[in-house]
Amino acid sequence: MNEVVSFFSTTIRLAAPTLLAALGIVFSERAGIVNIGTEGMMLVGALAGVIGSYVTGSAWLGMLIAVFVTVLFSAIFAYFTVVVKADQTVIGTGMNLLASGLTITVNRALFGASTSPPEIDSFGIVAIPGLSSIPIIGPIFFNHHIIVYLTFILVPIAQFVMFRTNIGLKVRSVGENPKACDTVGIRVGLTRFLSILYSGVLAGMAGSFISMGMVSFFTEGMIAGGGFIALAAVVFGNYTPRGVMLSSLVFGASNSLMYRLQALATNIPSQFLLMIPYVITIISLCIVSRKSNKPLGSGKPYIKE
Amino acid sequence: MTTILEMRNITKRFGSVVANDDVSFSVRKGEVHALLGENGAGKSTLMNILFGLYEQTSGEILYKGETVNIRSPRDAINLGIGMVHQHFMLIPAHSAIENVVLGYEGNAAVLDLKGAAQRFTEMAERYHMNIDPWELVSNLSVGQQQRLEILKALYRDVETLILDEPTAVLTPQEVDGLFEVIRQLIAEGKTVVFISHKLPEIREICDRCTILRRGKVTAAGLEISEIKDLNELARLMVGHEVELVTEKTLSEPGDVVLNVENLNYTNDKGIHVLKDVSFDVRAGEIVGICGVDGNGQSELIKCLTGLLPATSGKIELMGNDITGSSPKEILKQGIGHIPEDRHAMGMVGQMNLRENIAMVDGHDEPYSSHGFMHWKWIDDFSRKLVAKFSVKTPSIMEKAINLSGGNQQKLVVGRELSREANLLIAVHPSRGLDIGATKYIQSQIVEARDRGVAVLMVSTELDEILEIPDRVLVIYSGRILACLDQCDCTRSGLGLLMAGIEDDSEEQTA
Amino acid sequence: MEGLSIKQRFQETLKSVYFPFVAIVVSLLFGSVVILATSSTSPLTAYGHMLKGAFGSIAAFDSTLIKAIPLIFTALSFSLARRSGIINLGAEGQFMMGALAATAVGVATPNLPAIIHLPATLLAGFLGGALFGLITGVLKVKFGASELIITIMLNYIAKELISYFVNGPLMDSASSSYPQSAPMEPSARLYKFIPGLNVHTGLLIALAFIFLYYFFLWKTTAGFDMRVVGFNPSAGAYAGMSIGRSTILALFLAGGLAGLGGCIEIIAVQGRLMMTSFAVPYGFTGIAVALLGNLNPLGVLFSGILFGGLSAGALRMEVMTRDVSSSVAVVIQALIILFIAGRQMFAFKRRYRYRPSSEKRKGKTVVDDATEDESPTVQATAGEGE
Repeated sequence: MNEVVSFFSTTIRLAAPTLLAALGIVFSERAGIVNIGTEGMMLVGALAGVIGSYVTGSAWLGMLIAVFVTVLFSAIFAYFTVVVKADQTVIGTGMNLLASGLTITVNRALFGASTSPPEIDSFGIVAIPGLSSIPIIGPIFFNHHIIVYLTFILVPIAQFVMFRTNIGLKVRSVGENPKACDTVGIRVGLTRFLSILYSGVLAGMAGSFISMGMVSFFTEGMIAGGGFIALAAVVFGNYTPRGVMLSSLVFGASNSLMYRLQALATNIPSQFLLMIPYVITIISLCIVSRKSNKPLGSGKPYIKE
Repeated sequence: MTTILEMRNITKRFGSVVANDDVSFSVRKGEVHALLGENGAGKSTLMNILFGLYEQTSGEILYKGETVNIRSPRDAINLGIGMVHQHFMLIPAHSAIENVVLGYEGNAAVLDLKGAAQRFTEMAERYHMNIDPWELVSNLSVGQQQRLEILKALYRDVETLILDEPTAVLTPQEVDGLFEVIRQLIAEGKTVVFISHKLPEIREICDRCTILRRGKVTAAGLEISEIKDLNELARLMVGHEVELVTEKTLSEPGDVVLNVENLNYTNDKGIHVLKDVSFDVRAGEIVGICGVDGNGQSELIKCLTGLLPATSGKIELMGNDITGSSPKEILKQGIGHIPEDRHAMGMVGQMNLRENIAMVDGHDEPYSSHGFMHWKWIDDFSRKLVAKFSVKTPSIMEKAINLSGGNQQKLVVGRELSREANLLIAVHPSRGLDIGATKYIQSQIVEARDRGVAVLMVSTELDEILEIPDRVLVIYSGRILACLDQCDCTRSGLGLLMAGIEDDSEEQTA
Repeated sequence: MEGLSIKQRFQETLKSVYFPFVAIVVSLLFGSVVILATSSTSPLTAYGHMLKGAFGSIAAFDSTLIKAIPLIFTALSFSLARRSGIINLGAEGQFMMGALAATAVGVATPNLPAIIHLPATLLAGFLGGALFGLITGVLKVKFGASELIITIMLNYIAKELISYFVNGPLMDSASSSYPQSAPMEPSARLYKFIPGLNVHTGLLIALAFIFLYYFFLWKTTAGFDMRVVGFNPSAGAYAGMSIGRSTILALFLAGGLAGLGGCIEIIAVQGRLMMTSFAVPYGFTGIAVALLGNLNPLGVLFSGILFGGLSAGALRMEVMTRDVSSSVAVVIQALIILFIAGRQMFAFKRRYRYRPSSEKRKGKTVVDDATEDESPTVQATAGEGE
């Protein structure tokens, strides 16, 4: 029984950073931006959070700083894709490489290349009084980091914003048919720019949650494809916040399964276990790609005549 | 009547191209004012300036007597100017009501779609345009989409409505419906600018007209009622007396080249797009397929050329069954294909002319052998082709995108005619071209017929259909409704058929 | 080229050099900001060391060339796929798989004559990468899955596979605690060929493949098909070409090119397979090389050497300055990608090409042109017509 509880609890915990980042991507994707650069944004957020926490002594302030820095970083992506109208995929790839280079450089400059990581404040587990003591349910759902709760609370909010509000309608429309939006007075570029910044906010939170919640240090390239998996979660979740939650849970479960199997010390080499999340991601993409809600204007810059 | 809108001395340059040259345009309140001109005359450019999509290089706009600065569609809408674009500005994935409220300034942060739908429905009923506000736009017919566009503008309380080539996609009967709406709008004191190049329509619905030719005004504010002869308008529009008829002798049909029997096609959404289509095309004749866009023409051609798999039925080319063959196999059997959209299919803009010429037969000798391209031979051939079909280009190494639309189409037509096919499929061969290029391409098609090629031509332009084909098939909703000899074709008769009305006695509404 | 005057040709050449030049200069400027912010060394000193380490002496140029070789292969990999309309972000993994397959052949069969063993090893390297590329191609064609995420996921999978093999089946029995393969058999290795220089015959292979890349794309029917499909898939289908076949072939060949790069890196430079063999992100740097070279064969050669110099120089820079991290080179590479992809921002003015007639043009096509790699100026023509 403990095994099962632990499996589900870990699933939820591991799903959280993917979900958090994906809830940002789902808005920028709906706005017509293929945000390959999420991986880099999360990486920047992870380092900025650690530095922020190290300097201020508070994980929360660290996350605030991470969000600020990541938004600045995502503004570069937004500038190139929306203002300069360059190829989104190529710019996204450049952003990932930039994030990789910058975080390594800054991390080495601040903390040295080989010394042990600095002591920082990180997020602890907050058990919800009362609810967490319910057997089985409690430890699975109500014994997590605050960020995990916030992430899941954000899902219905995002769903509501996307489908019930004026802003949501604008975001969904600029991704489908930017020209039509232009003719009714919507500022396509601004909407897309802000969608990217918003995805930057959540990517920054997700990245810093990884470096200050899942662990409490930064290592080079520590996101290890998490940004791409979040991107895949958006495709697998068919571009809705609710769907993204389900797909993130699937990916979380595949990670959780990997840890379970590692702990069980089976004969399967650990490397094959480590591949599980990546393989699951590929399989999930193959399942949904033919019938997705992908916005019609996805990936194409809008060039006003 | 007072002047509501005045555009003074508008000039619009795109680089070295002058799209509008010192154009002045004045519209009175409560009239239907036609803006007339050929494709490329600058009509849409002028209206896009008025609607805030383009910014004029020089000139000023007065609305209700005041100089206005229209920088975006929002400014135009706030002034009370609405526009229904030729290509609808709708989002297929959204419901009708979402499209209506999109960008509406009165929206609350949290949308009240129910309230909006109620207001929308009342308005729609007032104009007898019934559309379910909750239906997805992708499920609406073209006519319904146009009505939705008009309602979208009216929802914003516009006083002046610009309609950009509104009848291009409608059946004659739908056109009548549109005219009813326009009359009602005028009765309510609104003003309509009606862009078109179809003279009869202009005479029917418009009060005055302004004519543009090559970006300049050739006639301003003519009273339609005072015009006796439509040829006079035509002359103002195209500049010179137009030879309206492509010369053509009677056809001498030979053997059957293409035979289609009970062809059916159901698309991946489960829609039965082609229903039991049967017809044949003989050597030395032109068979025209006429119908409103979206009635299965595209799918029919794609089935014939192997780009879509027929669900059932049989296609025979020169007696060989080609049903289910790959596009490559079918091309090899001798089909020339001028595709419906040259930019999307017929050519590669970023490649040069010789590469575009080698595109279709590149795998065959003498274009190539054993997998290697023979560019020397292709160069010689390309030069000859370019000369023969008078494609204006500095060189065969020029990228196709740098050619004008007419020359691009000549290139595609030249390539397909040079392939010496038994069957030529020409889809909208003159779409978007000026009269000169249109006539040239039509005459080339007729010449091919005279050489004994079987020609299947798809067109939505009644003028073209009445003139070029020897036999006309009318397609409606995926079904061939009639097969007529050219001499039996009349504008009104075809119009009714295009609207799906087979016989006057058993009237069905479209 | 036919129909171009000498002046036009000169302008064309100038144009093709202008954007890369500006992109490099601007990237170095931003890079110097990073150096200023993270070290106490002046950027000029740092770049001076970098330049010396890259092109300052014959020995430096020698090491630059050695570093350029794998980059040329990954850049050809990206370029070939891009020309077929595919973004191959998987050169990283394909490179590793090429290295892995080559190692398997290179260590497993002693006592083979080099004339058999070496080609077999090279072929294994090519196939290792190609099969990995093929996976992406098949999944893309069969399921319509985006190659972007799939190639990235395969990169991580490749890394785990390498880790598994150097810790398991391919682990060197002589150094049982260290995760590395046995050294490559001498018969499966590439050697120096110029006295006094370390550069190996892999350079000749790279040059040969640059030529093959050109020959394939521009002189063969299969390459022609690929370019047509890459520019306009609907036109390709209309002309009877198979888009699926072209996509799969492109990814197979692109994977093979990257794999061959990985193979050569192991058999000529590293000598054996280790986890640290892939410390430099050759795959991703290859994207920068390809873009800077505008997907052209000669462009890839020159930008490959330039980036080889950047890598070689960065090492010297780190050693000499002690406080400037060689990862600054990665930052500069990334910036070059951004500024090349966004080169429109450096255009002097909006250029409009004259068009004999202002006939209607489809907006959709115009938008597509703007994102096309070869012609940065097309975008500005989008405003024409009605």
